[in-house]
Amino acid sequence: MWITRFLTSSIGQKWVMSLTGLFLITFLIVHLLGNLAIFAGDNGQAFNVYADFMVHNPLIKAVSFGLYAFILIHAIQGILIAIQNRKAGGKAYAKKDTQGSWASKNMALLGILVLAFLFIHMGDFWFKAKFGGDNAIAAVNYGNGDIKDLYSQVAISFSKLWIVIAYLIGLLALAFHLLHGFQSAFQTLGLNHSKYNPIIRGIGIAYGILVPLGFAALPVYVYFQQTT
Amino acid sequence: MNLDPKIPAGELADKWTEFRSKMDLVAPNNKRKLEVIVVGTGLAGASAAATLGELGYKVKAFTFHDSPRRAHSIAAQGGINAAKNYQNDGDSVYRLFYDTIKGGDYRSREANVHRLAEVSRDIIDQCVAQGVPFAREYGGLLANRSFGGVQVSRTFYARGQTGQQLLIGAYQALSRQISSGKVQMYNRHEMLDLVKVDGKARGIIARNLVSGKLERFAGHCVVLATGGYGNVYYLSTNAMNSNVSAAWKAVKKGALMANPCYVQIHPTCIPESGEYQSKLTLMSESLRNDGRVWVPKSKEDAEAIRTGKKTALDIPEADRDYYLERRYPAFGNLVPRDVASRAAKIECDAGKGIVKTGRGVFLDFGAAVIRYGKIAANTQNISNPSDAKISELGRATIKEKYGNLFQIYEKITGQDPYVFPMKIYPAVHYTMGGLWVDYNLETNVPGLFALGEANFSDHGANRLGASALMQGLADGYFVIPYTIGQFLSKEIRTPAISTDLPEFEQAESETRAKLEQLLKIGGAQSVESFHRRLGRIMWEYCGMSRNEQGLAKALQMIRELREEFWNDVFVPGEIHDYNPELEKALRVADFIELGEVMVRDAMARDESCGGHFREEYQTEDGEAMRRDDEYTYVAAWSWNDGNPEVYKEDLHFENVELKTRSYK
Amino acid sequence: MNLTLKIWRQKGPSAAGSFEEHKVHAEEDMSFLEMLDVLNEQLVHEKKEPVAFEHDCREGICGTCNMVINGHPHGPQRGTTTCQLHMRHYNDGDTIVIEPFRASSFPVIKDLVIDRSAFDNIIQAGGYISVNTGQAPDGNAIPVEKQDASQAFDAATCIGCGACVAACPNGSAMLFTSAKVSHLALLPQGEVENGKRVYDMVNQMDKEGFGRCSNITACEAECPKEISVDNIARMNRLYVKSVFAGTQGNEKN
Repeated sequence: MWITRFLTSSIGQKWVMSLTGLFLITFLIVHLLGNLAIFAGDNGQAFNVYADFMVHNPLIKAVSFGLYAFILIHAIQGILIAIQNRKAGGKAYAKKDTQGSWASKNMALLGILVLAFLFIHMGDFWFKAKFGGDNAIAAVNYGNGDIKDLYSQVAISFSKLWIVIAYLIGLLALAFHLLHGFQSAFQTLGLNHSKYNPIIRGIGIAYGILVPLGFAALPVYVYFQQTT
Repeated sequence: MNLDPKIPAGELADKWTEFRSKMDLVAPNNKRKLEVIVVGTGLAGASAAATLGELGYKVKAFTFHDSPRRAHSIAAQGGINAAKNYQNDGDSVYRLFYDTIKGGDYRSREANVHRLAEVSRDIIDQCVAQGVPFAREYGGLLANRSFGGVQVSRTFYARGQTGQQLLIGAYQALSRQISSGKVQMYNRHEMLDLVKVDGKARGIIARNLVSGKLERFAGHCVVLATGGYGNVYYLSTNAMNSNVSAAWKAVKKGALMANPCYVQIHPTCIPESGEYQSKLTLMSESLRNDGRVWVPKSKEDAEAIRTGKKTALDIPEADRDYYLERRYPAFGNLVPRDVASRAAKIECDAGKGIVKTGRGVFLDFGAAVIRYGKIAANTQNISNPSDAKISELGRATIKEKYGNLFQIYEKITGQDPYVFPMKIYPAVHYTMGGLWVDYNLETNVPGLFALGEANFSDHGANRLGASALMQGLADGYFVIPYTIGQFLSKEIRTPAISTDLPEFEQAESETRAKLEQLLKIGGAQSVESFHRRLGRIMWEYCGMSRNEQGLAKALQMIRELREEFWNDVFVPGEIHDYNPELEKALRVADFIELGEVMVRDAMARDESCGGHFREEYQTEDGEAMRRDDEYTYVAAWSWNDGNPEVYKEDLHFENVELKTRSYK
Repeated sequence: MNLTLKIWRQKGPSAAGSFEEHKVHAEEDMSFLEMLDVLNEQLVHEKKEPVAFEHDCREGICGTCNMVINGHPHGPQRGTTTCQLHMRHYNDGDTIVIEPFRASSFPVIKDLVIDRSAFDNIIQAGGYISVNTGQAPDGNAIPVEKQDASQAFDAATCIGCGACVAACPNGSAMLFTSAKVSHLALLPQGEVENGKRVYDMVNQMDKEGFGRCSNITACEAECPKEISVDNIARMNRLYVKSVFAGTQGNEKN
């Protein structure tokens, strides 16, 4: 069928990578904005209410399944492409000085790091909240019945230094992944014009730095808040 | 042997049209059964193979390159002529015809040249349709520039890479036929012999350059489009692998080499820098549109420049001799190539050369930079621009026009041509001589055709700039597709030729014997060293100017060289392997034989015309002296087992009056 | 200057290769290939087999020469083919590592000589305008915007050397293919066939086993003709358009 032929073609494969990538990029900003509630300084109330809303809103729920699927597609496709490319590249050079940014040449490695980070992250919060049973996460009541006190879980996790460091490493990988991935997605989709390329590149760099930085601020903030 | 050019009867301007409409055709069902071998995939070969494929013939195309896109046509820089008269400057088919005849010093065939001028217009149309990105004006229409030896602007160009773009066009057309199965492409196959059956050309022996195996290929006819023999001089602007072997094998099988002494020395090449030099690089003739050629007026200044005490910029305007403008006020820097080359030699021989070796002159863009700068300032409404601004704007215009040439120059010499004038010197560039062909482009061997630079037909004793591309494509796209029918229409009852015929057997075993012999010699000298020595002999005695004594000496030296070659060459490697040294050895062996015929031809032509300048025949002020009464003929040479013989085809000029060529 | 060369030697396509070390003396005005000529002359004098390397025009236009010099296809100079590289960019005592272009779609034939017929196959798949000789209208019948002609030309300067593939860690031929696609797509003469051309060429490119593009842009950096990766974006666009608009031609939709 034409669509499978397209999706298995080299450009089709890359197309899937950029579309799923762009979706994940959009998710990141939403996720970050929500999590900024941690900074509210209200002992986690705003954050817990936000988390509860996210878990129970049917639209968000539906989107989240899309998200999981896209993460899986992006990861699996990425690994398959990396394997194919390694084969196509042929014998390695004895002396090598490949041009291009470091991130662009290491997207698979960066992707795998991000994926590993994602497992830690999901295991820590999402898995516990979903499958950890009733007692895994304590309940809290702000006047509208019991909701999970996810903030306390966050506080527990981020009191451990190794987790904070793991997060920082994961987010650093994410930053580099984004620095190349953002503009690369546009190039792959053919959204390219010499006039507007600098804008795309500029936004990409800003995004790739600011978003991971925003995420990184969370564990650091929580960690220091507890230790001081 | 009587050389019949088979020129059709009728008025010059109607010959081709009438001939075309009356010539024998081959019906489509028969075309499918007829096999054509095309050797060479440059402009002429690729366009011929593609067009013959389109017509329905079964074509087998051969190149020794790894891809048809690499042929040396690709290096042609300046442009392609066509009598379109898009500039409304008085151009016409007749004027292009006349310019070409005159530029060729009245040593070409009127009917062929007129046909060339006629089809030149179709070539441009065809190339545009194929997607050749010719230069355009802002209105979207095609741009033109002028070239040496003419007073109209009729040259179409694609920056400084016209040959590349045209070849890619032909390569694309060829690729299309390959993918449709009408052309079978054989890359990395070098033709080593021509096979004749019952006197007709019926096939070739080719060596698969990867496996080293000899292979036989049969067809109803053979088309050679294998380029020129400029590399006989070792140093030339030709590609390293350009060679005469395919044509030479044809000569050894009875075809004739016509006017081999007509060699074009291009005036604007980057001068030689040392002993190790492997080739010379051309700077397009188009540069002479804007560049002014000069040497210092005094020998002292020249000496100072040679030793590095002064640079061109230290020589004030008054102390420069713009010798082309001085000697040829009408054409100035745009005189034809042979004239410009000889003038450079005269200045350098007089001690005015400006490079270390003494063999170099300046090509200066200073005046053009200022002229263009002022124009640009004007169009950009910059009032009272500073000198620096004018230079900047002017350089930008020059860059747009010749950017890639300037870049090439800087890479090779390490000097910035936007600041310092270029240094140039003549170098062997093109060979007007080639296989003798009649009006149908058929050699004297029935069924053997020759196209492009490989034949001798259109440029006489000197080719005008931007005419090689024109001729190659004219032959391939618009001439051979018709004229080949003259031969093939009589072959429709001939079944496919078998490669098992004894003629193939014999040709193959002879070729094998030769290869084995070369590898067996095991001497002490490299192939390269022989080639270099041959080149030096040819350049010294059969180059820009020739004399009887020198030629006699060259003849002797070449014979000795041949003897030495076959006794003392060392060819490493094996037959059945990828072996570039063996390929080179075969080519050099052929060049040595050809060199002898060239020298003989130069000796026999007791006149000066075009690229052939005999010192004995010059006017008082050093211009070439033609001797029309005795030498208005084509000299076609047979190899005749080492005792070359000449056959003559008299040239008849019915439409053009023979005049002394003057560009003053 | 005196140099040490580490050159890849390989008897044939299936033979295992290895590096060989040679000393050679070079002048600074020599081209890189002339320096190799000197080496080969030396080898011939020692009755050894010279290093097989491909070259032809030696003026940067035929695209025949190809080697990776100290990790760079065509050497360190930007916008330069191997044959245009001159020894003045090296110093006495330098060691230079010379390898063939490496990609699984460019198998080695011998030493530094590789087989690039995959490129021809891509062009044969559709890299042309389907016009027979003699069918063309007058050259000036269709005006072409100067800027379009100029951009088409920029793409058309590709010499098919394969440096883009050699430079790409993925062995991708996107720059080569997209240059041809762009050259023809930007001209009104070629636009007619855009859908089919890009579809067929990309599919052929995939069949030849070239890798996927991850926009590293090493190809652009190493391209001797400095062809822009903008062409790749254009090809991506045209390919997707061709698929979704169903203009691939034939009955493939």
